[in-house]
Amino acid sequence: MALAISVRNLNVDRSKKPILKDITLNLPAGQVYGLLGPNGSGKTTLLRTIMGLQRIASGDVDVLGKPAGDKYLRSRIGYSTQSASVYSDMTCLENIDFFKTLYPKTSRSAQEMLRQFRLEDHSNQMASTLSGGQRTLLALITSLVGNPELLILDEPTVGIDLVLRRELWAFLKTLTAGGMTVVVTSHVMDDADNCDDLILLQDGQVLAQGTPSSLREKTGEKEMEDVFISLVGEK
Amino acid sequence: MSLRRLFGNSKRVLIQLKHDPRSMALIILAPCFLMTILKWVYSSQPQTFQLVAGSMLGIFPMLVMFLITSVATLRERISGTLERLLISPLSKVEFILGYAIAFGFAAFIQSVIVSTYACGPLGLHVSSSRLSLIWVAILDALLGVCIGLLTSSFAQTEFQALQFMPAILLPQFLISGLLVPRATMPRVLLDISNFLPLSYAMDATQKVLMNAGSIARDSSLLLVFIIGILFLGSLTLKRTSK
Repeated sequence: MALAISVRNLNVDRSKKPILKDITLNLPAGQVYGLLGPNGSGKTTLLRTIMGLQRIASGDVDVLGKPAGDKYLRSRIGYSTQSASVYSDMTCLENIDFFKTLYPKTSRSAQEMLRQFRLEDHSNQMASTLSGGQRTLLALITSLVGNPELLILDEPTVGIDLVLRRELWAFLKTLTAGGMTVVVTSHVMDDADNCDDLILLQDGQVLAQGTPSSLREKTGEKEMEDVFISLVGEK
Repeated sequence: MSLRRLFGNSKRVLIQLKHDPRSMALIILAPCFLMTILKWVYSSQPQTFQLVAGSMLGIFPMLVMFLITSVATLRERISGTLERLLISPLSKVEFILGYAIAFGFAAFIQSVIVSTYACGPLGLHVSSSRLSLIWVAILDALLGVCIGLLTSSFAQTEFQALQFMPAILLPQFLISGLLVPRATMPRVLLDISNFLPLSYAMDATQKVLMNAGSIARDSSLLLVFIIGILFLGSLTLKRTSK
């Protein structure tokens, strides 16, 4: 299977402080990857590096066969940031319509996408008046409008209720069934079982990588939190 | 460059303006209100009113667009939407020109309304054509947009962005020929003013008001400044951070 992301011996410093230390990852296309770890473990920095937004100290990062940040990738990657970057002084529909104008291939209608995430009643509502979870969903929709091959979501489940969270994971599965690769960060270990493959980060290093079941087997723990603590202990 | 993306970005900026009726009212009503005060202040000196009010028609669009652009761009930087745009297919040129077109359009509306009010009820006399005055006002507004875009990258808060007005624009106003003719200023100030865009904006406005010659040279120089500052502004839009 073709690699969606290939990271080799990556080191990233911020303000002369090492944030990511000698990371090597190979992520085949068409799966949901969970990038898990406590706050400050380097998850967002790794995502930003994959997006080409972060200057790297050493190493290589290839995304969809091109160096990270390549101009060719801009229409092929969808990215939703932790802070739900949408225009708060525009309505949901206006936000979606604007992001649609930026991409050559656009997906389903804005109304259809709003319906998918139960935001259809808020289509003409200003983004500033949405709840935190609704804003996150709106940001997710705007990151999907260009039909990306790679979708990168930074903490997408924060502020979302349990029912919608379950539907979100089911939706992400349908995307990967269509060939899309999805990378999701979370500091909530409950999200782990919804991923095909997990990358556990601690202090800027990869603590472990594997399927949820393989990591449970390796540590002999049932709960993912215990798996993580056990792996930290082993290290 | 894609026209779809460029005008999509301009439309987005105009939609944001439309959703902010208070700012829209300020753009249109504040200059009219200030013109009325000027008329009142100079009620016993109609000649001075002609000169000052005419020059103000060129200055208002620049001031307003400078303030709006610096705050709007800074808000994009802080909220993370700028980063999202920079990793999308939207190019830096499309981003900057998108702002320039949208605010240029707003400046056009402002200039038409304010100059109509000034030339009508307030009795301002423009010796040359009013279209020339509107043209100069649009160039001034674009200059305000460009300076706002550039300076916003040096501010971390909206408060800091506003402080650039007295720091960057006010010195230019003082030596632009608004207060005293530039030729009568000390040599050093005259030399400095020759390198500042507002001097040419003021020259053009006064030529239009007094029908004192062609504004082609001043317009061309203003366009050179606009393009140059836009280029510098684009350099501040960095995709990668350290």
